[in-house]
Amino acid sequence: MTITAPFGARLDDVVVRFDRGRRLLPDGTLVKDEAGTGLDGATLTIRPGTITGVLGRNGAGKTTMLSLLAAFSRPTSGTVVVGPEGEQEDPWENPWITSGTQLVRESGDLLNDEKVATSLKYYADMRSSWSAETAERLLDLFEVDARKKPTALSRGKRSAVGATIGLATRAPLTIFDEVYLGMDAPTRYAFYDELLADYAEHPRTILLSSHLVEEVERLFEDVVVIDRGRVLLAEPADEMRSRGFSLTGTKDAVERVAGGRRALHRQQLGATVQVTLEGALDDAELAEAREAGVEVGAVPVQDLFVRLTDPRSVSS
Amino acid sequence: MFDGPEPIYVQIAQMIRAQVLAGELKEEEQVMSTTQFATTFRINPATAQKAFAGLVEEGVLYKRRGLGMFVAPKARERLLDDHRNRYFEEVLAPALQEADVLGISTDEVVAYVLGAVGRRKHTTEES
Repeated sequence: MTITAPFGARLDDVVVRFDRGRRLLPDGTLVKDEAGTGLDGATLTIRPGTITGVLGRNGAGKTTMLSLLAAFSRPTSGTVVVGPEGEQEDPWENPWITSGTQLVRESGDLLNDEKVATSLKYYADMRSSWSAETAERLLDLFEVDARKKPTALSRGKRSAVGATIGLATRAPLTIFDEVYLGMDAPTRYAFYDELLADYAEHPRTILLSSHLVEEVERLFEDVVVIDRGRVLLAEPADEMRSRGFSLTGTKDAVERVAGGRRALHRQQLGATVQVTLEGALDDAELAEAREAGVEVGAVPVQDLFVRLTDPRSVSS
Repeated sequence: MFDGPEPIYVQIAQMIRAQVLAGELKEEEQVMSTTQFATTFRINPATAQKAFAGLVEEGVLYKRRGLGMFVAPKARERLLDDHRNRYFEEVLAPALQEADVLGISTDEVVAYVLGAVGRRKHTTEES
């Protein structure tokens, strides 16, 4: 087994445009792709050794960005580099980088006409850091019969195989692109637990894109929010959480503590008001809130994400 | 768990301090490892590590190489001192201010305190 330092990554003013074209799907249907823009000037740094959450609405450019990092595609313009700190290189057709990068897409990337066990053997042969023991244990945990072909498995079980491959590979850069699709709640939570335990023992860089923000936000050390092809923010999760707070109490008291701050959200139930505000309270304001009987609460990453990517809000 | 307005690592540190103060975590007792903490509460290990690092700096925890984190000797005493120092400023001062607002006189407060002290003495003697 080779020990490789966790990979980081950098995107610099990356633009990805798609031409109009036609694609033949494996089942024989022909799809027409409209021309479009996947990324539109994205600049971003992924810190090595972190679990980084990649959030964005549908079509924001998450999958486009993750595919670039795994060298599944190339940018139209701009630069992408991946690798250990100080030794980052363009991943495109770069065996040294790509052998350390594992992208798990929602399809699971399995050999459809072969047993699951065959797909796993393929990954095991390709990856020097592969842990057969982990793979076996996870398939058992997720109750996947490796003698079956992927087509005989449910969507959730196929996703579980993808999750297994991602964890067992122990690649210095492991990317899970909406790998949870079709998994039931107990399976998802089992996956989160396994991911944390394995990450703690075998530090590496893990990117996780998900729409189930509430479920996964605490797994993240860093968060990246992509919106309409651009990087809206990339920062430690704690910093993102401190971008806002909520106040709950009687209307007058809440107004007083809120001062002139812009309310991102407001809810009223009888005499009680809850507002979500941008920024943070200083110590004096916190004391004032306490005295006025106003409860100060955190704003879940989920809510901030919804506000930040709301097309109706004026982008700054 | 950990739903307060402060960063999660601050809340973890508060929880461990409270456990030491309450005597649930005894001096020289081993605390959960970062990994155990992360998987138990489903949080990022770096978040737990940040909390532990802060507590080591405060002298509440100390690290035994290769073994893990332990509650420091005198940790409870130190926390008690610290909380006692802040009690007047952070707990009593706002309460007295509130009494002012409500028009409760100093005499009334003093009478209550003396009465309460009497009651507390009684119950501690009985138990």
